[in-house]
Amino acid sequence: MSRTADTPAPVRITFDGRDYDARPGESLAAALLRAGVPATTQRHAPGPARGAFCWMGWCQECRVRHRGRWVEACRLTVYDGLTAEARRAADVR
Amino acid sequence: MSAETDIAVLGAGPAGGAAALAAAAGGARVVLIDEQAHPGGQVWRKKDVDLPGLAETPETCAGARLRGDLEASGATFLGGTRLWHIERVEGGWRLHLLTRGDRAETLTARAAILAPGAREFVQPFAGWTTPGVYGLAGATALMKSQGCPPGRRSVVAGGGPLALFAAAEILRLGGEVAAVATPNGRGDWLRCAPILAANPALARRGAELIARIRRAGVPILWRHVVTRAEGDRALIRVHAAPCGAEWAPTGAARAFDADALCVGHGLIPNVDVAVLAGLPRVYDADRGGWVVEAGPDGRTALEGLFLCGDGAALRGAETAARAGAGTGQAALADLRGTPAPPPAPRRPDLRARFGRAMTALARPRPGLLRLTRPNTVVCRCESLTRATLDAAIDAGAAGLDALKSATRCGMGPCGGRYCLTAAARLIEDRTGAAEGTVPPPVPRPPLFPLPVAAVAAGFDYDDLPIPAPAPL
Ligand SMILES: Cc1cc2nc3c(=O)[nH]c(=O)nc-3n(C[C@H](O)[C@@H](O)[C@H](O)COP(=O)(O)OP(=O)(O)OC[C@H]3O[C@@H](n4cnc5c(N)ncnc54)[C@H](O)[C@@H]3O)c2cc1C
Ligand code: FES
Repeated sequence: MSRTADTPAPVRITFDGRDYDARPGESLAAALLRAGVPATTQRHAPGPARGAFCWMGWCQECRVRHRGRWVEACRLTVYDGLTAEARRAADVR
Repeated sequence: MSAETDIAVLGAGPAGGAAALAAAAGGARVVLIDEQAHPGGQVWRKKDVDLPGLAETPETCAGARLRGDLEASGATFLGGTRLWHIERVEGGWRLHLLTRGDRAETLTARAAILAPGAREFVQPFAGWTTPGVYGLAGATALMKSQGCPPGRRSVVAGGGPLALFAAAEILRLGGEVAAVATPNGRGDWLRCAPILAANPALARRGAELIARIRRAGVPILWRHVVTRAEGDRALIRVHAAPCGAEWAPTGAARAFDADALCVGHGLIPNVDVAVLAGLPRVYDADRGGWVVEAGPDGRTALEGLFLCGDGAALRGAETAARAGAGTGQAALADLRGTPAPPPAPRRPDLRARFGRAMTALARPRPGLLRLTRPNTVVCRCESLTRATLDAAIDAGAAGLDALKSATRCGMGPCGGRYCLTAAARLIEDRTGAAEGTVPPPVPRPPLFPLPVAAVAAGFDYDDLPIPAPAPL
């Protein structure tokens, strides 16, 4: 989608060491989904990949590490400079 | 921090929003609590992203009206706040909250109105843990709040009107829909014709949705269930097979390339808070499974505790809003010691009949159990397969508490919300017990994972009044 005059400028976020553009107001999980990253567990780790499932903060599948804590990516609103780490496969049994 | 008020309302959806408005209009001090940032609940959710050019829908309009009315009402809205425990205290109820910024706080209210709505049920099937597979109701929540379709090319699967709504919404947001698979047959909908005819506005909306899906050339597969999701780190293909009247797959599956699958098998009333408060559960498939009894004015067996909306019985947004208003008035009357307002005139409630018919369309049928194969993961958090659970059931786990201690099923971070309903049905199936005879485990606080920060802020797990465990 091309940006029009009234589309707010994107914010820059970093997930699992990679940079993405996000829309102000959206959740980290939605930003990653739009970027084609449905999995919120680590990229090259062995074991099951998981990602957002319920989109309402209940299933806990979208948890990522943010400022030293596990948070639900579907409830974390993006901001410029947001950095979050993926869950390791070992965190998914 | 602790605070007190006259009436606390949990859930700012159509039911809780209307209850708060009714109580505040009578002059009571009202605090309305919701884990979402804005009032609106599941159906009248606010858009979080500013997308110019996205048209309003009847739902966004109803939500904007509710938010405006609440703003003007004098009720206090606590957004981004989760209730994780409730207990009875002298003269009222104490609500334990986790507020924005993860602070643990308490709110004491003379009356508590619970309007926590419903959550989604998804029968475990092969590959449902693949990234790109989403709950159907959850996907509608994503689209409403974030304004983005769940993928480039989606398969939508589920019973009742929600699947049609989700498919139409994906198209509206610029996504592609590979197919809609619904376990309902055309005949199921035809049987609803009299009720639809009596609710022309709602029926017209449904017809518009179907027309939009058809215009886009999307195949609607009646009497089909999704049997398998394929993909490793991301979904690549979805398999859908014909099913019988009880929703068990009956024939060869067709495959659809897709990067998103929105799949749901009905809703479940959120009864955990009411049960924590001390109310017993009963099984009633018509109301949504395990429910807690509440009168038409929301009164429960416990003084000062009210329950309304989809959290009491799945009847849809319109009925929830009406029940909420009546419940707010009843709570206010009790507080004042004035007689309750006269009951609404007994005319046939068309909206409630409509909601009931739609719930019946989406109610999960027993054949769904066939989707859960021995190697299918049932408990997502602990990655436990049906075979593991069946072995524990065969070894004597005849109830969910026993199954939990034998396998850890339902003991992960989601608290069993996404597996225990399915696990209960597995036990019933395996032991030959009737549907609705294996109750969910007694919920225990905290209802949500509590972050360390909240504990550090003076909260101690040892202070928790933990109820005695249910007998195994
Ligand atoms: C994800 C989802 C999407 C849905 N989408 C649609 C739709 O598009 N169209 C439709 O007709 N119906 C939809 N429904 C059905 C829905 O249940 C409606 O019938 C209607 O929203 C019910 O109104 P309510 O006020 O009873 O509950 P809700 O609207 O569900 O409101 C309940 C509120 O309580 C809050 N809550 C619950 N527990 C807690 C807690 N412990 N702490 C803090 N807050 C809490 C929730 O955040 C929620 O906002 C959906 C249901 C779900 C679960
Ligand atoms: S998607 Fe379920 S908690 Fe975020």
